[in-house]
Amino acid sequence: MTEEIIIAGFGGQGVLSMGKILAYSGLMDDKEVTWMPSYGPEQRGGTANVTVIISDERISSPVLDTYDIVVALNQQSLDKFSPRVKKGGILMYDTNGIHKHPTRTDVTLLPINAMEATLELGNSKAYNMVVMGALLEAMPYKLPMENVMKGLKKSIPERHHHLLPLNQQAIEKGRTLI
Amino acid sequence: MKEEVKLMKGNEAIAHAAIRYGCDGYFGYPITPQSEVLETLEVLMPWETTGMTVLQAESEVAAINMIYGGAASGKAVMTSSSSPGISLKQEGISYMAGAELPALILNVMRGGPGLGTIQPSQADYFQATKGGGHGDYHLIVLAPSSVQEMVDFVGLGFDLSFKYRTPAMILADGIVGQMMEKVVLPEQRPRRTEEEIRRQCPWAANGRAGLRPRNVVTSLELESSKMEEINHRLQNRYREIQENETRWEELDVADADYLIVAFGSVARICAKAKDIAKEKGIKVGIVRPITLWPFPAEAVRKAAEGKKGILCVELNAGQMIEDVRLSIHDAIPVKHFGRLGGIIPSPQEVVDALEKNFIN
Repeated sequence: MTEEIIIAGFGGQGVLSMGKILAYSGLMDDKEVTWMPSYGPEQRGGTANVTVIISDERISSPVLDTYDIVVALNQQSLDKFSPRVKKGGILMYDTNGIHKHPTRTDVTLLPINAMEATLELGNSKAYNMVVMGALLEAMPYKLPMENVMKGLKKSIPERHHHLLPLNQQAIEKGRTLI
Repeated sequence: MKEEVKLMKGNEAIAHAAIRYGCDGYFGYPITPQSEVLETLEVLMPWETTGMTVLQAESEVAAINMIYGGAASGKAVMTSSSSPGISLKQEGISYMAGAELPALILNVMRGGPGLGTIQPSQADYFQATKGGGHGDYHLIVLAPSSVQEMVDFVGLGFDLSFKYRTPAMILADGIVGQMMEKVVLPEQRPRRTEEEIRRQCPWAANGRAGLRPRNVVTSLELESSKMEEINHRLQNRYREIQENETRWEELDVADADYLIVAFGSVARICAKAKDIAKEKGIKVGIVRPITLWPFPAEAVRKAAEGKKGILCVELNAGQMIEDVRLSIHDAIPVKHFGRLGGIIPSPQEVVDALEKNFIN
């Protein structure tokens, strides 16, 4: 099993921390993981992205051409990364603010409305965990929730641990979007 | 005891590893993409646990001279910076090489020349391996390709630098510095006691208490015959390092038609490229120099036997390729592929370069 994933969106949407929680969850599930943030020139367009690889085997390149799963959280990211989903892979995107939808027929398109779901929860800061819930549900590799929670616990500072139930709730909410 | 597995950035890992090694002092000045080293040390506050000193100096030049002083007293000291900052440190590095002092220097390379860019690069290969500062000297240069190697090379770098009384450099890049991977940290070692330092570093200027003749730590010797002797001593030591400490890793070399030579994170991009090439029926092997100085010339020469060509993949305009060509005396074609200015090539680009240079 190897999942090659990129999560891309605006800076501030929690893209990097979502990637970190995902990577930590994989680690808690005894997998090999890499987390590679893009701090490259492409960031100047206001986008941030992170490549997360989870695998049973030793991971070679942390930098990839194509991905099993692309999670795009704005139009720029969708435009940039939709051609780079592997054939048969998953293109998940938040429909909020999207005016040009992807047209590929050789990948699974998963439009979600994570923003709306987050607002229903009543805490907009939980947005990235709603998205992560959807990703966990859609991902062929089924990461046990127990290990996701362990990963979450490891990723956030102890002083914020009282927010763990809220995060769990957001992940569960995200799962219902798929 | 169960191994402690953690997920962290290369830069954070360096800070943890330094404390675990029993490092006596870190002196640095922030610069992207390695500022997390100092930041992590400040968060971990080792001065309250191991007693390690952590200081943000007023400049890179101050920091390198602080470790010159620390090293002269036999302490295990280190500094870190990124390319422009490492240029500033060159005078101090040359002085330490001349004064035969152990120290660990981390360079998390970014694109140059000048202030350049904050993106990853390997364009300081020449600077790290061919001198950098003035005079006939070498650093022991270790090139990590994973976060775990960032950790491991702190211990290795310190050990080698004390063994041979010469500064060691970890030559990393923005990718290894910024990426997160799982790491196993070594167990906490206590810092050496003054008594241990006196025993292990009889050359150190650390207070003689009237018991031994005065130790003088200097790189200055105005009498040429003596200066030549010092130079010969250094050169003999460099030869000893070349004989004993050359390190490299090979991947699928035996039945390959082509060879890729790459170091650091780029070697991992090439490992993926190797797999893509294999699917196309192109058999590629990889030699990854781990010590850039001493360069694994003999290993490259052996690996190149019977191959059709070598591609050197570097995040620069062609630096290590000179050592590769020297290693094999240009016996087979050697080509370079690199991206500049902070651009990271994808595995597919490496395959394309291989095909363009050797196959199509």
